Amino acid sequence: MAATTISLPRAARHNPLAAIGVVLVVVFVLFALFAPWMAPQDPAFIDLPSRLSPPSSAHWCGTDELGRDILSRLIYGSRISMLVGSSVVAMSLALGLVVGSIAGYYGGRIDRFVNIVVMNAFLSFPGILLAIAFVAFRGPGIFNLVLALSLGGWVGYARLVRGQVLAAREREFVEAARALGASDLRVIVRHILPNIIQPVIVQAAIGMAGAILAEATMSFLGLGVPPPTASWGTMLNDGRAHLFDAPHLVIFPAGAVMLAVLSFNFIGDALRDYLDPRSRIEAGL
Amino acid sequence: MLLEIRNLTKVFPLGESIFGGGAKGVLRAVDDVSLGIQAGETLGLVGESGSGKSTLGRLILRLIEPTSGSIRYQGRDLLTASHAEMRGFRRDMQIIFQDPFGSLDPRMRVEDVIAEPLVIHERMSPATRRGRVAELLRAVGLGESAMRRFPHEFSGGQRQRIGIARALALRPKFIVADEPVSALDVGVGSQIVNLMAQLQREFGLTYLFISHSMPVVRYLATRIAVMYRGKIVEIGPAEQITERPAHSYTRSLLEATPEMVISGA
Repeated sequence: MAATTISLPRAARHNPLAAIGVVLVVVFVLFALFAPWMAPQDPAFIDLPSRLSPPSSAHWCGTDELGRDILSRLIYGSRISMLVGSSVVAMSLALGLVVGSIAGYYGGRIDRFVNIVVMNAFLSFPGILLAIAFVAFRGPGIFNLVLALSLGGWVGYARLVRGQVLAAREREFVEAARALGASDLRVIVRHILPNIIQPVIVQAAIGMAGAILAEATMSFLGLGVPPPTASWGTMLNDGRAHLFDAPHLVIFPAGAVMLAVLSFNFIGDALRDYLDPRSRIEAGL
Repeated sequence: MLLEIRNLTKVFPLGESIFGGGAKGVLRAVDDVSLGIQAGETLGLVGESGSGKSTLGRLILRLIEPTSGSIRYQGRDLLTASHAEMRGFRRDMQIIFQDPFGSLDPRMRVEDVIAEPLVIHERMSPATRRGRVAELLRAVGLGESAMRRFPHEFSGGQRQRIGIARALALRPKFIVADEPVSALDVGVGSQIVNLMAQLQREFGLTYLFISHSMPVVRYLATRIAVMYRGKIVEIGPAEQITERPAHSYTRSLLEATPEMVISGA
Protein backbone atom coordinates (compact mmCIF):
# COMPACT_ATOMS: atom_id res chain seq x y z
CA MET A 1 0.00 0.00 0.00
CA ALA A 2 0.93 3.60 -0.40
CA ALA A 3 1.16 3.97 3.38
CA THR A 4 4.67 2.62 3.51
CA THR A 5 6.00 5.20 1.09
CA ILE A 6 5.12 8.17 3.30
CA SER A 7 8.01 9.39 5.40
CA LEU A 8 7.39 9.98 9.07
CA PRO A 9 8.89 13.49 9.30
CA ARG A 10 6.73 14.56 6.40
CA ALA A 11 3.61 13.14 7.99
CA ALA A 12 4.51 14.82 11.27
CA ARG A 13 4.99 18.21 9.62
CA HIS A 14 1.74 17.81 7.81
CA ASN A 15 -0.23 16.92 10.89
CA PRO A 16 1.52 18.33 13.96
CA LEU A 17 -1.42 17.54 16.24
CA ALA A 18 -1.19 13.87 15.41
CA ALA A 19 2.55 13.98 15.97
CA ILE A 20 1.99 15.52 19.41
CA GLY A 21 -0.60 12.85 20.10
CA VAL A 22 1.77 10.05 19.15
CA VAL A 23 4.61 11.49 21.25
CA LEU A 24 2.35 11.88 24.29
CA VAL A 25 0.93 8.39 23.95
CA VAL A 26 4.44 6.99 23.70
CA VAL A 27 5.36 8.89 26.87
CA PHE A 28 2.30 7.58 28.72
CA VAL A 29 2.97 4.06 27.58
CA LEU A 30 6.59 4.30 28.71
CA PHE A 31 5.38 5.61 32.08
CA ALA A 32 2.97 2.71 32.33
CA LEU A 33 5.55 0.07 31.40
CA PHE A 34 8.48 1.39 33.39
CA ALA A 35 6.76 3.15 36.28
CA PRO A 36 8.94 1.60 39.01
CA TRP A 37 12.10 2.86 37.31
CA MET A 38 10.80 6.22 36.17
CA ALA A 39 8.95 7.39 39.26
CA PRO A 40 11.20 9.35 41.62
CA GLN A 41 9.48 7.88 44.69
CA ASP A 42 7.27 5.10 45.90
CA PRO A 43 3.78 6.43 45.04
CA ALA A 44 2.38 5.11 48.31
CA PHE A 45 5.17 6.50 50.51
CA ILE A 46 3.55 8.72 53.13
CA ASP A 47 5.49 11.72 54.33
CA LEU A 48 3.16 13.66 56.60
CA PRO A 49 5.57 16.52 57.53
CA SER A 50 5.77 17.62 53.89
CA ARG A 51 2.09 17.23 53.14
CA LEU A 52 0.41 19.54 50.64
CA SER A 53 3.71 21.11 49.67
CA PRO A 54 3.60 22.99 46.36
CA PRO A 55 5.77 22.00 43.39
CA SER A 56 9.46 22.25 44.21
CA SER A 57 12.75 20.76 43.08
CA ALA A 58 12.24 17.86 45.52
CA HIS A 59 8.66 17.20 44.40
CA TRP A 60 8.18 18.48 40.84
CA CYS A 61 4.42 18.31 41.07
CA GLY A 62 4.17 18.82 44.82
CA THR A 63 2.75 16.40 47.38
CA ASP A 64 -0.79 15.47 48.34
CA GLU A 65 -2.52 15.57 51.69
CA LEU A 66 -0.59 12.53 52.90
CA GLY A 67 2.70 13.90 51.62
CA ARG A 68 2.85 11.42 48.73
CA ASP A 69 4.79 12.55 45.66
CA ILE A 70 2.26 13.57 43.00
CA LEU A 71 4.59 13.06 40.05
CA SER A 72 5.21 9.47 41.14
CA ARG A 73 1.51 8.93 41.56
CA LEU A 74 0.86 10.39 38.11
CA ILE A 75 3.41 8.03 36.56
CA TYR A 76 1.91 5.04 38.34
CA GLY A 77 -1.57 6.34 37.52
CA SER A 78 -0.83 6.12 33.80
CA ARG A 79 -0.50 2.36 34.36
CA ILE A 80 -4.11 2.14 35.41
CA SER A 81 -5.28 4.46 32.65
CA MET A 82 -3.43 2.63 29.89
CA LEU A 83 -4.23 -0.81 31.25
CA VAL A 84 -7.92 -0.13 31.81
CA GLY A 85 -8.21 1.89 28.59
CA SER A 86 -6.63 -0.75 26.38
CA SER A 87 -8.43 -3.62 28.10
CA VAL A 88 -11.78 -1.92 27.73
CA VAL A 89 -11.12 -1.16 24.06
CA ALA A 90 -9.86 -4.69 23.42
CA MET A 91 -12.82 -6.31 25.12
CA SER A 92 -15.43 -4.02 23.57
CA LEU A 93 -13.80 -4.42 20.19
CA ALA A 94 -13.72 -8.20 20.43
CA LEU A 95 -17.36 -8.36 21.43
CA GLY A 96 -18.35 -5.71 18.89
CA LEU A 97 -16.55 -7.52 16.08
CA VAL A 98 -18.20 -10.83 16.86
CA VAL A 99 -21.72 -9.51 17.40
CA GLY A 100 -21.52 -6.97 14.58
CA SER A 101 -20.15 -9.52 12.12
CA ILE A 102 -22.83 -12.06 12.94
CA ALA A 103 -25.65 -9.51 12.70
CA GLY A 104 -24.31 -7.98 9.51
CA TYR A 105 -23.38 -11.18 7.76
CA TYR A 106 -26.41 -13.30 8.51
CA GLY A 107 -28.93 -10.48 8.45
CA GLY A 108 -32.60 -11.41 8.66
CA ARG A 109 -34.04 -12.30 12.03
CA ILE A 110 -30.70 -12.49 13.81
CA ASP A 111 -29.86 -9.00 12.64
CA ARG A 112 -33.27 -7.62 13.53
CA PHE A 113 -33.04 -9.05 17.02
CA VAL A 114 -29.45 -7.99 17.69
CA ASN A 115 -29.75 -4.61 16.07
CA ILE A 116 -33.16 -3.50 17.19
CA VAL A 117 -33.56 -5.20 20.53
CA VAL A 118 -30.11 -5.72 22.02
CA MET A 119 -28.16 -2.79 20.63
CA ASN A 120 -30.91 -0.26 21.13
CA ALA A 121 -31.43 -1.44 24.68
CA PHE A 122 -27.77 -0.88 25.44
CA LEU A 123 -27.68 2.42 23.61
CA SER A 124 -30.65 3.74 25.52
CA PHE A 125 -28.65 3.61 28.77
CA PRO A 126 -25.86 6.09 29.34
CA GLY A 127 -22.73 3.94 29.41
CA ILE A 128 -21.48 5.39 32.67
CA LEU A 129 -24.77 4.63 34.43
CA LEU A 130 -24.56 1.05 33.28
CA ALA A 131 -20.98 0.87 34.54
CA ILE A 132 -21.89 2.36 37.91
CA ALA A 133 -24.71 -0.12 38.33
CA PHE A 134 -22.45 -2.99 37.37
CA VAL A 135 -19.68 -2.05 39.81
CA ALA A 136 -22.19 -1.40 42.56
CA PHE A 137 -23.47 -4.91 41.94
CA ARG A 138 -20.15 -6.74 41.54
CA GLY A 139 -17.93 -4.62 43.77
CA PRO A 140 -14.93 -2.49 42.82
CA GLY A 141 -11.70 -3.83 41.38
CA ILE A 142 -9.81 -3.49 38.17
CA PHE A 143 -11.36 -6.50 36.44
CA ASN A 144 -14.89 -5.50 37.33
CA LEU A 145 -14.12 -1.98 36.17
CA VAL A 146 -12.98 -3.23 32.76
CA LEU A 147 -16.07 -5.43 32.46
CA ALA A 148 -18.31 -2.57 33.51
CA LEU A 149 -16.92 -0.15 30.97
CA SER A 150 -16.90 -2.74 28.18
CA LEU A 151 -20.54 -3.40 28.87
CA GLY A 152 -21.46 0.01 27.54
CA GLY A 153 -18.60 0.24 25.06
CA TRP A 154 -19.10 -2.73 22.77
CA VAL A 155 -22.33 -1.49 21.22
CA GLY A 156 -20.62 1.32 19.32
CA TYR A 157 -18.22 -1.11 17.71
CA ALA A 158 -20.92 -3.67 17.02
CA ARG A 159 -22.99 -1.06 15.26
CA LEU A 160 -20.10 0.16 13.15
CA VAL A 161 -19.00 -3.37 12.27
CA ARG A 162 -22.54 -4.44 11.43
CA GLY A 163 -22.96 -1.58 8.98
CA GLN A 164 -19.62 -2.22 7.35
CA VAL A 165 -20.19 -5.97 7.10
CA LEU A 166 -23.62 -5.38 5.66
CA ALA A 167 -22.05 -3.40 2.82
CA ALA A 168 -19.03 -5.65 2.40
CA ARG A 169 -20.92 -8.92 2.17
CA GLU A 170 -22.53 -7.74 -1.07
CA ARG A 171 -19.16 -7.27 -2.71
CA GLU A 172 -18.32 -9.68 -5.45
CA PHE A 173 -15.16 -11.10 -3.93
CA VAL A 174 -17.23 -12.28 -0.99
CA GLU A 175 -19.57 -14.07 -3.36
CA ALA A 176 -16.49 -15.47 -5.11
CA ALA A 177 -15.23 -16.90 -1.83
CA ARG A 178 -18.62 -18.48 -1.16
CA ALA A 179 -18.64 -19.97 -4.63
CA LEU A 180 -15.28 -21.55 -3.83
CA GLY A 181 -16.88 -23.28 -0.88
CA ALA A 182 -15.35 -21.10 1.85
CA SER A 183 -17.03 -21.47 5.24
CA ASP A 184 -18.83 -18.49 6.73
CA LEU A 185 -16.08 -18.12 9.30
CA ARG A 186 -13.45 -18.03 6.59
CA VAL A 187 -15.43 -15.51 4.54
CA ILE A 188 -15.85 -13.23 7.53
CA VAL A 189 -12.33 -13.52 8.94
CA ARG A 190 -10.30 -13.68 5.75
CA HIS A 191 -12.31 -11.53 3.37
CA ILE A 192 -14.72 -9.22 5.14
CA LEU A 193 -12.87 -8.13 8.27
CA PRO A 194 -9.60 -7.17 6.56
CA ASN A 195 -11.60 -4.98 4.21
CA ILE A 196 -13.58 -3.16 6.88
CA ILE A 197 -10.97 -2.86 9.62
CA GLN A 198 -9.88 0.70 8.84
CA PRO A 199 -12.87 2.59 10.25
CA VAL A 200 -12.86 0.18 13.18
CA ILE A 201 -9.26 1.13 13.99
CA VAL A 202 -10.22 4.81 13.93
CA GLN A 203 -13.11 4.10 16.26
CA ALA A 204 -10.81 2.15 18.57
CA ALA A 205 -8.34 5.04 18.80
CA ILE A 206 -11.10 7.46 19.70
CA GLY A 207 -12.63 4.82 21.96
CA MET A 208 -9.36 4.68 23.87
CA ALA A 209 -9.82 8.33 24.79
CA GLY A 210 -13.37 7.63 25.94
CA ALA A 211 -12.26 4.65 28.01
CA ILE A 212 -9.54 6.63 29.79
CA LEU A 213 -12.02 9.35 30.62
CA ALA A 214 -14.54 6.79 31.81
CA GLU A 215 -11.94 5.13 34.03
CA ALA A 216 -11.08 8.51 35.58
CA THR A 217 -14.77 9.20 36.13
CA MET A 218 -15.34 5.85 37.78
CA SER A 219 -12.26 6.22 39.99
CA PHE A 220 -13.32 9.74 40.90
CA LEU A 221 -16.64 8.33 42.05
CA GLY A 222 -14.79 5.74 44.10
CA LEU A 223 -15.97 2.91 41.87
CA GLY A 224 -12.64 2.31 40.18
CA VAL A 225 -9.45 0.86 41.45
CA PRO A 226 -9.43 0.75 45.27
CA PRO A 227 -6.84 2.86 47.12
CA PRO A 228 -3.94 3.06 47.73
CA THR A 229 -3.34 2.25 44.05
CA ALA A 230 -2.74 5.52 42.27
CA SER A 231 -5.24 6.41 39.57
CA TRP A 232 -5.78 9.82 38.07
CA GLY A 233 -9.46 9.75 38.95
CA THR A 234 -8.75 8.79 42.56
CA MET A 235 -6.17 11.57 42.78
CA LEU A 236 -8.75 14.05 41.56
CA ASN A 237 -11.14 12.87 44.21
CA ASP A 238 -8.46 13.10 46.91
CA GLY A 239 -7.58 16.62 45.84
CA ARG A 240 -11.18 17.83 45.69
CA ALA A 241 -11.11 19.12 49.28
CA HIS A 242 -7.99 21.17 48.60
CA LEU A 243 -9.11 22.76 45.35
CA PHE A 244 -8.43 26.25 46.67
CA ASP A 245 -5.64 25.88 49.22
CA ALA A 246 -3.55 23.39 47.19
CA PRO A 247 -4.77 23.48 43.59
CA HIS A 248 -1.79 21.45 42.33
CA LEU A 249 -3.50 18.37 43.79
CA VAL A 250 -6.17 18.74 41.12
CA ILE A 251 -4.35 20.51 38.31
CA PHE A 252 -1.75 17.83 37.62
CA PRO A 253 -4.01 14.74 37.46
CA ALA A 254 -6.63 16.72 35.55
CA GLY A 255 -3.93 17.78 33.11
CA ALA A 256 -2.81 14.18 32.72
CA VAL A 257 -6.33 12.99 31.93
CA MET A 258 -6.79 15.84 29.50
CA LEU A 259 -3.53 15.19 27.68
CA ALA A 260 -4.16 11.46 27.43
CA VAL A 261 -7.69 11.94 26.11
CA LEU A 262 -6.57 14.67 23.73
CA SER A 263 -3.70 12.68 22.30
CA PHE A 264 -5.84 9.65 21.53
CA ASN A 265 -8.42 11.90 19.91
CA PHE A 266 -5.71 13.55 17.80
CA ILE A 267 -4.48 10.15 16.70
CA GLY A 268 -7.99 9.00 15.90
CA ASP A 269 -8.71 12.11 13.84
CA ALA A 270 -5.44 11.80 11.98
CA LEU A 271 -6.10 8.15 11.23
CA ARG A 272 -9.54 8.99 9.93
CA ASP A 273 -8.15 11.68 7.67
CA TYR A 274 -5.41 9.42 6.53
CA LEU A 275 -7.63 6.43 5.82
CA ASP A 276 -10.24 8.45 3.98
CA PRO A 277 -8.88 8.72 0.46
CA ARG A 278 -10.72 11.96 -0.26
CA SER A 279 -9.12 13.92 2.55
CA ARG A 280 -5.82 12.25 1.74
CA ILE A 281 -5.92 13.68 -1.74
CA GLU A 282 -6.74 17.11 -0.34
CA ALA A 283 -3.81 16.86 2.01
CA GLY A 284 -1.56 15.96 -0.88
CA LEU A 285 -0.21 12.86 0.84
CA MET B 1 -26.84 -34.52 -19.24
CA LEU B 2 -24.37 -32.80 -16.93
CA LEU B 3 -26.85 -30.37 -15.48
CA GLU B 4 -30.60 -30.45 -15.53
CA ILE B 5 -32.81 -27.63 -14.33
CA ARG B 6 -36.53 -28.13 -13.81
CA ASN B 7 -39.09 -25.40 -13.17
CA LEU B 8 -36.55 -23.25 -11.39
CA THR B 9 -38.11 -20.13 -9.88
CA LYS B 10 -36.72 -17.33 -7.79
CA VAL B 11 -39.02 -14.72 -6.36
CA PHE B 12 -37.64 -11.63 -4.67
CA PRO B 13 -39.98 -9.77 -2.33
CA LEU B 14 -40.10 -6.04 -3.02
CA GLY B 15 -40.13 -3.39 -0.32
CA GLU B 16 -40.08 -5.76 2.59
CA SER B 17 -40.67 -4.09 5.94
CA ILE B 18 -38.19 -4.46 8.77
CA PHE B 19 -40.53 -6.78 10.59
CA GLY B 20 -40.48 -9.33 7.82
CA GLY B 21 -44.07 -9.35 6.75
CA GLY B 22 -45.98 -7.03 4.51
CA ALA B 23 -44.01 -7.34 1.29
CA LYS B 24 -45.45 -4.92 -1.19
CA GLY B 25 -44.98 -7.13 -4.20
CA VAL B 26 -42.72 -9.67 -5.75
CA LEU B 27 -40.22 -9.79 -8.57
CA ARG B 28 -40.12 -13.06 -10.43
CA ALA B 29 -36.45 -12.81 -11.38
CA VAL B 30 -36.35 -16.37 -12.65
CA ASP B 31 -39.71 -17.76 -13.63
CA ASP B 32 -40.24 -21.46 -14.16
CA VAL B 33 -37.04 -22.09 -16.10
CA SER B 34 -36.19 -25.58 -17.36
CA LEU B 35 -33.11 -26.39 -19.34
CA GLY B 36 -30.34 -28.93 -19.66
CA ILE B 37 -26.62 -28.57 -20.26
CA GLN B 38 -24.61 -31.33 -21.93
CA ALA B 39 -21.10 -32.16 -20.80
CA GLY B 40 -18.55 -30.33 -22.93
CA GLU B 41 -20.92 -27.87 -24.53
CA THR B 42 -21.17 -24.13 -24.10
CA LEU B 43 -24.66 -22.90 -23.48
CA GLY B 44 -24.94 -19.20 -24.19
CA LEU B 45 -27.49 -17.37 -22.07
CA VAL B 46 -28.52 -14.08 -23.64
CA GLY B 47 -30.87 -11.40 -22.50
CA GLU B 48 -31.06 -7.73 -21.69
CA SER B 49 -30.00 -6.48 -18.29
CA GLY B 50 -32.57 -7.32 -15.67
CA SER B 51 -33.78 -10.36 -17.56
CA GLY B 52 -32.70 -12.66 -14.74
CA LYS B 53 -29.79 -14.34 -16.47
CA SER B 54 -27.25 -13.56 -13.74
CA THR B 55 -29.72 -14.68 -11.10
CA LEU B 56 -30.14 -17.95 -12.97
CA GLY B 57 -26.37 -18.44 -12.99
CA ARG B 58 -26.16 -17.85 -9.27
CA LEU B 59 -29.10 -20.11 -8.54
CA ILE B 60 -27.35 -22.97 -10.30
CA LEU B 61 -24.34 -22.53 -8.01
CA ARG B 62 -26.62 -22.06 -5.01
CA LEU B 63 -25.16 -18.65 -4.30
CA ILE B 64 -28.80 -17.66 -4.10
CA GLU B 65 -31.40 -20.08 -2.76
CA PRO B 66 -34.17 -20.79 -5.29
CA THR B 67 -37.81 -20.38 -4.31
CA SER B 68 -38.80 -23.60 -6.03
CA GLY B 69 -37.73 -26.04 -8.71
CA SER B 70 -34.90 -28.51 -8.93
CA ILE B 71 -31.31 -28.59 -10.14
CA ARG B 72 -29.67 -31.91 -10.88
CA TYR B 73 -25.95 -32.18 -11.37
CA GLN B 74 -24.86 -35.54 -12.78
CA GLY B 75 -28.19 -36.87 -11.66
CA ARG B 76 -27.82 -35.71 -8.05
CA ASP B 77 -30.09 -33.07 -6.58
CA LEU B 78 -28.20 -29.92 -5.64
CA LEU B 79 -30.97 -28.30 -3.67
CA THR B 80 -31.35 -31.07 -1.13
CA ALA B 81 -27.60 -31.55 -0.78
CA SER B 82 -26.23 -31.31 2.74
CA HIS B 83 -23.53 -28.87 3.71
CA ALA B 84 -20.81 -31.46 3.24
CA GLU B 85 -22.20 -32.65 -0.11
CA MET B 86 -22.41 -29.08 -1.30
CA ARG B 87 -18.73 -28.63 -0.57
CA GLY B 88 -18.07 -31.48 -2.95
CA PHE B 89 -20.25 -29.92 -5.63
CA ARG B 90 -18.40 -26.64 -5.26
CA ARG B 91 -15.21 -28.31 -6.43
CA ASP B 92 -16.91 -29.19 -9.68
CA MET B 93 -18.76 -25.95 -10.34
CA GLN B 94 -17.16 -22.57 -10.49
CA ILE B 95 -17.99 -19.04 -11.54
CA ILE B 96 -16.19 -16.29 -13.43
CA PHE B 97 -17.51 -12.86 -12.57
CA GLN B 98 -18.33 -9.85 -14.66
CA ASP B 99 -16.43 -7.28 -12.67
CA PRO B 100 -12.72 -8.09 -12.64
CA PHE B 101 -12.20 -5.29 -10.11
CA GLY B 102 -14.77 -6.37 -7.58
CA SER B 103 -14.31 -10.12 -7.71
CA LEU B 104 -10.77 -10.24 -6.33
CA ASP B 105 -10.19 -9.43 -2.67
CA PRO B 106 -8.16 -6.20 -2.76
CA ARG B 107 -6.27 -7.18 0.39
CA MET B 108 -4.96 -10.50 -0.87
CA ARG B 109 -1.96 -11.18 -3.00
CA VAL B 110 -2.60 -12.89 -6.32
CA GLU B 111 -0.93 -16.02 -5.02
CA ASP B 112 -3.38 -16.20 -2.12
CA VAL B 113 -6.35 -15.40 -4.33
CA ILE B 114 -5.61 -18.30 -6.66
CA ALA B 115 -4.52 -20.62 -3.86
CA GLU B 116 -7.69 -20.07 -1.84
CA PRO B 117 -9.73 -22.88 -3.45
CA LEU B 118 -6.78 -25.20 -2.87
CA VAL B 119 -6.53 -24.15 0.77
CA ILE B 120 -10.24 -24.78 1.24
CA HIS B 121 -10.51 -28.12 -0.51
CA GLU B 122 -7.13 -29.79 -0.66
CA ARG B 123 -4.41 -30.66 1.76
CA MET B 124 -1.04 -29.96 0.27
CA SER B 125 2.28 -28.50 1.30
CA PRO B 126 2.79 -24.78 0.71
CA ALA B 127 5.46 -25.59 -1.85
CA THR B 128 3.15 -27.84 -3.84
CA ARG B 129 0.49 -25.20 -3.65
CA ARG B 130 2.83 -22.55 -4.96
CA GLY B 131 3.69 -24.84 -7.83
CA ARG B 132 0.01 -25.30 -8.65
CA VAL B 133 -0.57 -21.54 -8.55
CA ALA B 134 2.36 -20.95 -10.90
CA GLU B 135 0.97 -23.63 -13.23
CA LEU B 136 -2.45 -21.97 -13.22
CA LEU B 137 -0.96 -18.56 -13.89
CA ARG B 138 0.86 -19.97 -16.91
CA ALA B 139 -2.34 -21.61 -18.12
CA VAL B 140 -4.08 -18.24 -18.23
CA GLY B 141 -1.12 -16.48 -19.82
CA LEU B 142 0.36 -14.70 -16.81
CA GLY B 143 3.86 -15.03 -15.45
CA GLU B 144 4.95 -16.24 -12.04
CA SER B 145 5.98 -12.68 -11.22
CA ALA B 146 2.29 -11.95 -10.68
CA MET B 147 2.19 -14.07 -7.54
CA ARG B 148 3.48 -11.58 -4.99
CA ARG B 149 1.51 -8.65 -6.37
CA PHE B 150 -1.89 -7.28 -5.42
CA PRO B 151 -4.91 -7.26 -7.75
CA HIS B 152 -4.94 -3.46 -8.11
CA GLU B 153 -1.58 -3.64 -9.86
CA PHE B 154 -3.17 -5.37 -12.85
CA SER B 155 -5.30 -4.25 -15.76
CA GLY B 156 -8.89 -5.40 -16.20
CA GLY B 157 -7.98 -8.13 -18.66
CA GLN B 158 -5.18 -9.43 -16.45
CA ARG B 159 -7.48 -9.45 -13.46
CA GLN B 160 -10.02 -11.43 -15.39
CA ARG B 161 -7.26 -13.94 -16.15
CA ILE B 162 -6.53 -14.15 -12.42
CA GLY B 163 -10.22 -14.78 -11.79
CA ILE B 164 -10.20 -17.53 -14.38
CA ALA B 165 -7.10 -19.10 -12.84
CA ARG B 166 -8.88 -19.16 -9.48
CA ALA B 167 -11.95 -20.75 -11.04
CA LEU B 168 -9.78 -23.43 -12.65
CA ALA B 169 -7.74 -24.25 -9.55
CA LEU B 170 -9.88 -27.22 -8.52
CA ARG B 171 -10.18 -28.54 -12.08
CA PRO B 172 -13.93 -28.00 -12.19
CA LYS B 173 -16.16 -29.58 -14.80
CA PHE B 174 -18.67 -26.79 -15.08
CA ILE B 175 -18.15 -23.03 -15.09
CA VAL B 176 -20.73 -20.27 -15.03
CA ALA B 177 -19.21 -17.29 -16.82
CA ASP B 178 -21.29 -14.30 -15.78
CA GLU B 179 -20.66 -11.65 -18.44
CA PRO B 180 -16.92 -12.25 -18.23
CA VAL B 181 -16.05 -9.78 -21.00
CA SER B 182 -18.70 -7.08 -20.60
CA ALA B 183 -16.49 -4.92 -18.41
CA LEU B 184 -13.51 -5.18 -20.74
CA ASP B 185 -12.43 -3.41 -23.92
CA VAL B 186 -13.44 -5.20 -27.08
CA GLY B 187 -9.90 -6.28 -27.90
CA VAL B 188 -9.13 -7.48 -24.37
CA GLY B 189 -12.53 -9.13 -24.23
CA SER B 190 -11.88 -11.16 -27.34
CA GLN B 191 -8.57 -12.33 -25.89
CA ILE B 192 -10.42 -13.55 -22.82
CA VAL B 193 -13.03 -15.29 -24.96
CA ASN B 194 -10.26 -17.00 -26.90
CA LEU B 195 -8.54 -18.00 -23.68
CA MET B 196 -11.80 -19.50 -22.43
CA ALA B 197 -12.22 -21.45 -25.66
CA GLN B 198 -8.68 -22.74 -25.36
CA LEU B 199 -9.10 -23.71 -21.71
CA GLN B 200 -12.35 -25.47 -22.57
CA ARG B 201 -10.44 -27.75 -24.93
CA GLU B 202 -7.55 -28.27 -22.52
CA PHE B 203 -9.58 -28.96 -19.41
CA GLY B 204 -12.75 -30.37 -20.97
CA LEU B 205 -14.94 -27.68 -19.45
CA THR B 206 -18.63 -27.10 -19.79
CA TYR B 207 -19.69 -23.46 -19.83
CA LEU B 208 -22.82 -21.58 -19.07
CA PHE B 209 -21.82 -18.36 -20.79
CA ILE B 210 -23.99 -15.43 -19.75
CA SER B 211 -23.90 -12.28 -21.84
CA HIS B 212 -26.06 -9.52 -23.19
CA SER B 213 -24.05 -9.48 -26.37
CA MET B 214 -25.21 -11.78 -29.14
CA PRO B 215 -21.95 -11.67 -31.14
CA VAL B 216 -19.83 -12.79 -28.18
CA VAL B 217 -22.22 -15.60 -27.37
CA ARG B 218 -22.48 -16.66 -31.00
CA TYR B 219 -18.72 -17.00 -31.16
CA LEU B 220 -18.38 -19.30 -28.17
CA ALA B 221 -21.71 -21.06 -27.70
CA THR B 222 -22.83 -24.33 -29.19
CA ARG B 223 -26.37 -23.66 -28.06
CA ILE B 224 -28.08 -20.44 -27.10
CA ALA B 225 -30.88 -19.77 -24.65
CA VAL B 226 -32.63 -16.43 -24.84
CA MET B 227 -34.01 -15.07 -21.60
CA TYR B 228 -36.61 -12.37 -21.24
CA ARG B 229 -38.24 -11.23 -18.00
CA GLY B 230 -37.21 -14.30 -16.10
CA LYS B 231 -38.32 -16.81 -18.73
CA ILE B 232 -36.46 -18.72 -21.40
CA VAL B 233 -38.23 -17.64 -24.56
CA GLU B 234 -36.15 -19.60 -27.00
CA ILE B 235 -33.44 -22.24 -26.84
CA GLY B 236 -31.64 -24.08 -29.59
CA PRO B 237 -28.40 -24.61 -31.52
CA ALA B 238 -26.42 -21.39 -31.89
CA GLU B 239 -26.79 -21.31 -35.64
CA GLN B 240 -30.49 -21.74 -35.56
CA ILE B 241 -30.99 -19.00 -32.97
CA THR B 242 -28.82 -16.49 -34.78
CA GLU B 243 -29.86 -17.34 -38.36
CA ARG B 244 -33.51 -18.22 -37.94
CA PRO B 245 -34.73 -16.81 -34.64
CA ALA B 246 -38.28 -17.90 -33.91
CA HIS B 247 -39.11 -15.42 -31.19
CA SER B 248 -39.55 -11.72 -31.86
CA TYR B 249 -37.47 -10.82 -28.79
CA THR B 250 -34.53 -12.81 -30.14
CA ARG B 251 -34.88 -10.96 -33.43
CA SER B 252 -34.82 -7.61 -31.68
CA LEU B 253 -31.73 -8.67 -29.69
CA LEU B 254 -29.98 -9.66 -32.90
CA GLU B 255 -30.91 -6.41 -34.58
CA ALA B 256 -29.89 -4.33 -31.58
CA THR B 257 -26.33 -5.62 -31.47
CA PRO B 258 -23.89 -4.22 -33.98
CA GLU B 259 -21.65 -6.62 -35.85
CA MET B 260 -18.38 -7.29 -34.13
CA VAL B 261 -15.50 -9.29 -35.48
CA ILE B 262 -13.65 -11.45 -33.02
CA SER B 263 -10.16 -12.02 -34.27
CA GLY B 264 -8.21 -15.25 -34.26
CA ALA B 265 -9.04 -18.47 -32.50
